[in-house]
Amino acid sequence: MSSKQPVLVAENVVKELGKGAGKVMALKGVSLSLVPGELTLLMGPSGSGKTTLLSILGCILTPTSGEIRIGGTATAGLEPEALAELRRKYIGFIFQSYNLFPTLNALENVRIALDVLGQKGYPAAARAEEVLREVGLGHRLQNYPSNLSGGEQQRVAVARAIAASPAVVLADEPTAALDSENGHAVMALLGRIAKEQNRCVLAVTHDPRTLGYADRVIHIEDGKIVREERRPEGINSPEITDLTKKRRKANV
Amino acid sequence: MTPFFQSIACGRPATSEFADPSYTSNARGHAALGISQHMILTLAFRNLFHDRIRLAVTLVGILFSIVLVAVQLGLYLGSSRMITGMIERSTGDLWITAYGAKSFEEGGILLTPRERHQALVTPGVKSVIPLVVSFAEWRKPAGGSTRVVVVGSDAEDGGLVPWGLVEGTWEDIKAPEAISADQTYLKDLGIEGMGSTAQIATGRVRVRALTRGIRSFTQSPFVFTPLQRARNLLNVEGEKSTFYLVQLEPGASVEEVKSQLVRKLEGAEVLTKQEFSDRSLTAWLFRTGAGIALIGGALLGTLVGTVIVAQTLYSSTKDHLNEFATLRALGSSAGYIHKVILAQAGLSAVVGYALGMSIALLVLWLSRNSPLPLVMTPGLALSLFALTVFMCAISALSAIVKVTKIDPAVVFSR
Ligand SMILES: Nc1ncnc2c1ncn2[C@@H]1O[C@H](COP(=O)(O)OP(=O)(O)O)[C@@H](O)[C@H]1O
Ligand SMILES: [Mg+2]
Repeated sequence: MSSKQPVLVAENVVKELGKGAGKVMALKGVSLSLVPGELTLLMGPSGSGKTTLLSILGCILTPTSGEIRIGGTATAGLEPEALAELRRKYIGFIFQSYNLFPTLNALENVRIALDVLGQKGYPAAARAEEVLREVGLGHRLQNYPSNLSGGEQQRVAVARAIAASPAVVLADEPTAALDSENGHAVMALLGRIAKEQNRCVLAVTHDPRTLGYADRVIHIEDGKIVREERRPEGINSPEITDLTKKRRKANV
Repeated sequence: MTPFFQSIACGRPATSEFADPSYTSNARGHAALGISQHMILTLAFRNLFHDRIRLAVTLVGILFSIVLVAVQLGLYLGSSRMITGMIERSTGDLWITAYGAKSFEEGGILLTPRERHQALVTPGVKSVIPLVVSFAEWRKPAGGSTRVVVVGSDAEDGGLVPWGLVEGTWEDIKAPEAISADQTYLKDLGIEGMGSTAQIATGRVRVRALTRGIRSFTQSPFVFTPLQRARNLLNVEGEKSTFYLVQLEPGASVEEVKSQLVRKLEGAEVLTKQEFSDRSLTAWLFRTGAGIALIGGALLGTLVGTVIVAQTLYSSTKDHLNEFATLRALGSSAGYIHKVILAQAGLSAVVGYALGMSIALLVLWLSRNSPLPLVMTPGLALSLFALTVFMCAISALSAIVKVTKIDPAVVFSR
């Protein structure tokens, strides 16, 4: 187990979605914590509540009950603007469909994320360029999303998410729209971000190819965490599945 | 890598292994940084130019409004200037008129010399200049007739003299039968120009001087002639006058002299230059409904423009809603998103204004020789810009209301 302090903690989170007859209990009491330096995968069948959980962890949705703490701040009762501030300070998002700005080029897509945080001018532009080089897009700075491959677009999205060095990176099915090679590249990138930049990275996925990159896998079904696996420290084998099966945690 | 580049990278974990092969070999350096440094403006600009057709509709909407409002207000200003031109050109501080005088052209019943003498002995009054002004029938030399406004005034008095003389002098107008006419109206008057003769009421007149640019809102041309000849032509008995123009001693208070005159002169009204000017404006622009039509047209133009711009801005915002939701998910404040929308509105305003103003100025130029030339002043130009910005800001409201309702959660469900 990592001895590091968790940055993001969820305790007994319940979320109801919809109204009246269409009301769904999307999360039924979920607790988890994210510590720096780990890539955690959140796996589960479609409709199990993965996206809902990610939205709540990222302060986009508020839980019906339960508690979220980010960097020691409890989010309960915060106004939308205060939640936006928490997102600015702590969270970087990566989306399945990239959500890049089609009218901005790669560099500008990263710069606008910095601009939102109040980082402007030359330093921000230089930082955007730097982080695009980090994800291997130094030669695509001026390309618009329409002129980038899916893998490249997702790498721009990764650059955008990590440009401001957030403590937490949340990714919703980051590889779902990518072919195998690009899927592996993006997962490797997320793994390196977790370890080398010491961030909490949580990726929602139901793509078994991604397992090899995980330090930890959380399985969710029907709004509840059913299982959590952890790769033993020091073992770098990409074949985590067998190992983790033996090391199921009971404390979830 | 420049030293600066290193300095901003410090304090962060080393990431050199992430670098792609082009990282060190890339000699382009920071060429990319030459682009706009303002992301809100950049995004607003791109969103705006992304859909050219919508942009065209927006600009046409603004342009239409500006031209319409500029024309209406330009006509209004032009009319106002024509209506008050004579009063503005006069050198008097106060006007004595018959009670209920409606305008410069409609002075009503005549004032007697008694009122002039009473005014003259009022402290603070330097001089009292009589003017005779009246509509009269002008018989064209070749037959037919039209109406003119005869202005009888002696230049020596310095009260009201024809301006913009292009041929002849005031001395020439003193000759028997002499009058001045304005070039603009020669055709209406049915005359050739200098030396032409015609008849006003029952008296023969001859054009001895020509002015340029003394236009008349009533479209009845102004004809200048000395005071006494005007009285003769118009059959004014005795020393009666339409108006007395009061000039004050230096340092005398307009209000004080006015109240003294009001007390002395029963049956006459004493108005400051501004009051008489306003009264003439009211008479011609508002009593006739012309002013209401012009101002109504301007309001309509504003309304139509606002609706068009609001519509296009709203639909643009709707199209880019996912991006705004993404911005929100990235942690942007609502204010940041509002700024993007306002920047879009502002950019539309600036471009639309520039185009609209160009066309308005062209219309203005084309109208320069018409009976009612448009007028543009720096003040009007500025007001039009303020109006455009206001219009676009109002238009932005609906888009802002729309964007305020977005749920950032939609970013996951695209
Ligand atoms: N806005 C919503 N209103 C009502 N039900 C919703 C809404 N969003 C999601 N749900 C429901 O909540 C459950 C969890 O959804 P979601 O978190 O998107 O699952 P996953 O990402 O694991 O596929 C599903 O049953 C889904 O139908
Ligand atoms: Mg999902």
